[in-house]
Amino acid sequence: MPDTPEHLVKSYEQEIKRLRGMLTEMGGMVENQVATSATAILARDAAAAGRVVEADPKVDALELDIQQFVIRLLALRQPMAADLREIVAALKITGDLERIGDYATNVAKRSLVLDQFTLPYSFAAIGQMARMVQENLKHVIDAIGEGDADKAVEVWRSDQSVDDLYNGIFRELVTYMMEDPRNITPCTHLLFIAKNLERIGDHATNIAETIYYAVKGEVLPQSRPKGDMSAYAMIRPRE
Amino acid sequence: MSTTMNDRQDQISATPGMHARSAEAIKEPRISIRGLDFYYGSNHALKNINLDFPECQVTGMIGPSGCGKSTLLRCLNRMYDLYPGQRATGEAMMDGVNIIDPSVDVNALRARIGMVFQKPTPFPMTIYENIAFGVKLHERLSKSQMDERVEWSLTRAALWVEVKDRLNSSAMGLSGGQQQRLCIARTIAVRPQVILLDEPTSALDPISTLKVEELIDELKHDFTIAIVTHNMQQAARCADQVAFFYLGEMVEVAPAAQMFTAPKQQRTQEYITGRFG
Repeated sequence: MPDTPEHLVKSYEQEIKRLRGMLTEMGGMVENQVATSATAILARDAAAAGRVVEADPKVDALELDIQQFVIRLLALRQPMAADLREIVAALKITGDLERIGDYATNVAKRSLVLDQFTLPYSFAAIGQMARMVQENLKHVIDAIGEGDADKAVEVWRSDQSVDDLYNGIFRELVTYMMEDPRNITPCTHLLFIAKNLERIGDHATNIAETIYYAVKGEVLPQSRPKGDMSAYAMIRPRE
Repeated sequence: MSTTMNDRQDQISATPGMHARSAEAIKEPRISIRGLDFYYGSNHALKNINLDFPECQVTGMIGPSGCGKSTLLRCLNRMYDLYPGQRATGEAMMDGVNIIDPSVDVNALRARIGMVFQKPTPFPMTIYENIAFGVKLHERLSKSQMDERVEWSLTRAALWVEVKDRLNSSAMGLSGGQQQRLCIARTIAVRPQVILLDEPTSALDPISTLKVEELIDELKHDFTIAIVTHNMQQAARCADQVAFFYLGEMVEVAPAAQMFTAPKQQRTQEYITGRFG
């Protein structure tokens, strides 16, 4: 936490700083993966998709490093209070970041399939969703580095609009599929892409909740509505 | 200050859910301290302390050296009576009696509130006599009753198996950890209500330390325990509630789980994470 004095044991202080550094590094890496995968769909850029798939093992490796470092800190330093919360938070956040990396990779892989289809409609809504998710991700990763609970709460709140957009995309894509069965393959991929983006948003809110607890020592209320309503969506073809 | 401390105690007992231990935590206080001040001559060592020791629970007291935590233990069984110039004012209520009051009989009080010190202090006599000595001061028991009491105390102190065949050898021949458990046995032999432990394991090896901690866990079913410790992990392991002292003031008291995951006060936070000053 930025405003507390330094630890009496310098090496411990340095280890906590190193952990923060590793986490922001991983955050930056994942942010970049999501941005590149968005480029891969929106600009139909196969090279970008390739870069995302190639870089994913690096994200996984960093997660492993962070996990091992956390276990080492817990065993050797027996952290207490805010230190304990921050170190355990790092363990959870690295897991969320790794999942976000996986979703980005999946988006990139699907973009390669999409490239083989000509699509009669625009990617506007998915583009907007990708932008919103990236913005939330950027803010939450800044919040990790700065230990900023307020910023985390903002992200936590704004995930609702991502969910709303996703529900709209779901309906739109189902309609296209009903219009012409040849749309089914590309639209299914687009649907998964949208779902991946929506999941990335959820992991960003998980991270926001974790940051809030690490900084404040209290849990956020569980009242945030779960926004993916597509599970209940029913769209019937016109006769 | 006094009102805020009182409020804090009330808040803790009312805190719902999140920390499992807090829900079951605060029981009826066995000893209730209100507005306690203590002076070593002109040195104001404890300032307006308000703290409850809940019945059959372990209250841990932590804080840097000289913060007043041992002084508070000394108040509870009036150790300071031995030294002129040391005095306490305020209330420490136990069963409706203010035990700080000079009219309270110190010997009877010390039979109800026993104390174990940092270094093991066995008497230079046999193991048996170490236990029987204190009991004889307060009760007249037959030989067989006394034998029974000695066995009971040593068993409760998890020492019986190790010493039952050498009760008549000198207590000085026991290891440090055994001597400390003997002191605990001696303390509980007079069947007190409260046990005060002043850094009871700071002179012991890790295994003996764990045995004493296990013993504390066992004894709290029957006794109210107050433990002063410099070992934060020990306070976390043993105590139901923990109080943090600094410069003669009690800064914060909370259920142990809350104290070591999310203390409310900045000074507590800095002390327990090792960032003092």
